[in-house]
Amino acid sequence: MAKKQELQNNSWEYAPSLESTSHISIQKKYDLYIDGKWVKPSSGKYFKTINPANEEVLAEVADANEKDIDKAVKAARKAYTNVWSKMTGAERAKYIYRLARMMQEKARELAVIETLDAGKTIRESRDVDVPLACNHFFYYAGWADKLEYAFPNRNVEPVGVAGQIIPWNFPLLMAAWKLAPALATGNTVVLKPAETTPLTALKLAEIIDEAGFPPGVINIVTGYGDTGAALVNHADVDKIAFTGSTAVGKLIQQATAGSGKKLTLELGGKSANIIFDDAPIDQAVEGIVNGIFFNQGHVCCAGSRLFVQENVADLVIRKLKQRMESLYVGNPLDKNTDIGAINSKKQLETIEQYIQIGKAEGAEIFQPTCAIPSKGFYCPPTLFLDVAQSNVIVQEEIFGPVLTIQTFRTVDEVIQKANNTPYGLAAGVWTDKGSRIFNLTTKLRAGVVWANTYNKFDPTSPFGGYKESGYGREGGLHGLRPYVRLK
Amino acid sequence: MQSIQAIISQSPPVDKVGVEERVARFQSRSIKNESKLQGLKMVLNMIDLTTLEGKDTPGKVKQMCYKAHHPHDLLPGLPNVAAVCVYPTMVELAKKELAGTSVKIASVSTAFPSGQAPMSVKLDDTRFAVDSGADEIDMVISRGKFLSGEYAYVFDEIAAIKEACGKARLKVILETGELSTLDNVRKASDIAIYAGADFIKTSTGKIQPAATMQVTYTMLMAIRDYFDKTGTMVGMKPAGGISTSKLALHNLVMVKEILGDAWLTNEWFRFGASSLANDVLMQLVKLSDGKYQSPDYFSID
Repeated sequence: MAKKQELQNNSWEYAPSLESTSHISIQKKYDLYIDGKWVKPSSGKYFKTINPANEEVLAEVADANEKDIDKAVKAARKAYTNVWSKMTGAERAKYIYRLARMMQEKARELAVIETLDAGKTIRESRDVDVPLACNHFFYYAGWADKLEYAFPNRNVEPVGVAGQIIPWNFPLLMAAWKLAPALATGNTVVLKPAETTPLTALKLAEIIDEAGFPPGVINIVTGYGDTGAALVNHADVDKIAFTGSTAVGKLIQQATAGSGKKLTLELGGKSANIIFDDAPIDQAVEGIVNGIFFNQGHVCCAGSRLFVQENVADLVIRKLKQRMESLYVGNPLDKNTDIGAINSKKQLETIEQYIQIGKAEGAEIFQPTCAIPSKGFYCPPTLFLDVAQSNVIVQEEIFGPVLTIQTFRTVDEVIQKANNTPYGLAAGVWTDKGSRIFNLTTKLRAGVVWANTYNKFDPTSPFGGYKESGYGREGGLHGLRPYVRLK
Repeated sequence: MQSIQAIISQSPPVDKVGVEERVARFQSRSIKNESKLQGLKMVLNMIDLTTLEGKDTPGKVKQMCYKAHHPHDLLPGLPNVAAVCVYPTMVELAKKELAGTSVKIASVSTAFPSGQAPMSVKLDDTRFAVDSGADEIDMVISRGKFLSGEYAYVFDEIAAIKEACGKARLKVILETGELSTLDNVRKASDIAIYAGADFIKTSTGKIQPAATMQVTYTMLMAIRDYFDKTGTMVGMKPAGGISTSKLALHNLVMVKEILGDAWLTNEWFRFGASSLANDVLMQLVKLSDGKYQSPDYFSID
């Protein structure tokens, strides 16, 4: 009976299940989207954007300089003065709703482009990034004609021209976070996507164009840090919104000081994920995995510092290691991939440097036995055990799939350690006890505290940090505030 | 042997929201091509073909037994199913029909499905089935006793039935649809495992909801923890409600990722189902000739 023997060999692997790329259109060369038109950069320069999963060039993108920024800000000012600020909220909402619906129609294409350009898994861009981005537009479109209820007894006015600079970790989603509240409140925008991940923002520009927004309401300009600096320093910008590193955030704060520009910053983090001994352990382990390995750890609110109560530490670490053995690292377009490619070579080098530092600091390292593609930028999920609060890898944001694990004995101790960081973006608390959750949420100095879950996002919920993690809130009712002047 | 209190105090709390999230991850696995073919054959080979009705006839059992080792002769190279599952009175007949094949005979017992009978009756029921030739016994726990907190009673009952089973392997049905919470499912799983279950099984198939992935996940975690502690494998049988190949494959994904490949055999994992087999056969035929056929081309018994 040959067939029986075949079944006794019961190893079962998942065959590759690649998302098709045949349905997407990416242009070879992208110009700048200014005043409702595609215009060539005044320098004539373009730069390449690559797929970090295989290092192949995807497209060439315009490199905007000061002149281009000036053009974009002028267009935005004109659109603001003549059209957008005069329009009723209900009319603005129609445009935003239309954009959200058109994004939904192109959800699959947006997800694939996001995966190609950013290296994130198709599972996440399909199930998280794109739907959330659409929802942000839907949500804020709903506020556009209800601003007097958001701020009762006040006169609500838009701020003017907003300069928005977004990071490479959630390219489309961050564009949505920035654009949606600004547009809903009547501002016009100049948006600069990150240099490694401009393609979904440019696709969004195409959709914006198709949606028939008045020219100049949304301008999308690509480039490097100097392009962003030109936007920040432009005299006719009323408001800067930045998401990115704390170092750049500080520079922007200096640059805008005394200029009268409104500023919101959403910066780095080194968030604590705290597991108590009465927690639902298996779900907590899943929460640890989602907390640090979601989006290859390129998440500002990643739960990168794990605190486990001493008496369950062995159990949690054993289960975590076990769970990590079932994570698939590889081609982000494969629907079964759990951890995709690191966003850029530079970021991979940074992460690898931190891993070296961790080893040099004497921490015990664990990486599961997973196959990693030879081409492209990849980093296996990594744990560091036996770390000290004073270790560099515990103090600094790594922005990769690297988790440090500390143990604690008492509630007071863990609160003290969790708060003992320059950052304060997010935290997670895992316990079966409701009273303990409320005790911790009042004492943890973090903008978001998740209880028995992690990395949950919703347009209705405000997001933002304490301390060096920035200021201002995005999402929810709070997210309207930075884009309005109240009288 | 640990006290019953010690056993259930080690049952960790189960967070339903977290479980749903984890299950969604299993369901997002995409099983294609050769993995699908291999997976479907595994599923077929893990099925306990079941008929548990008051109106069962010897004729129906006979037909089901034939189908158990001739699932679809038009497609060569198919494995047989794992077992047939019948009432104790049908065991002798099934044994005769399946003589010389590798298909096992499973019999429900202990006043299936309600379990509302005195201990002596349950023991007799079990012995009768074993004596008639059952290789496996599917017992039900006393849900009433469990819900009223008489965990020791439930434990002792399972242990007594296990003893009555002799060489037959014991599957313990928790009837999770009546336990109402995942915390209870976990607790009942731990009691059954420590009392000597060879398999833990979700449901009788008579109560809804039956084998949801959330429930199966919770039980698999109990098996995992027991294995990590003792090195002893325990089998799992989701039963009731798994009627499509896709759902069955997602169950296999879950077994693979929680317990590992060692459980991917009918010695350690079973599906209790009657309509699943034909859906699997339909998918297998589709993989072999590229066409979906009408259900009329697959024999129902």
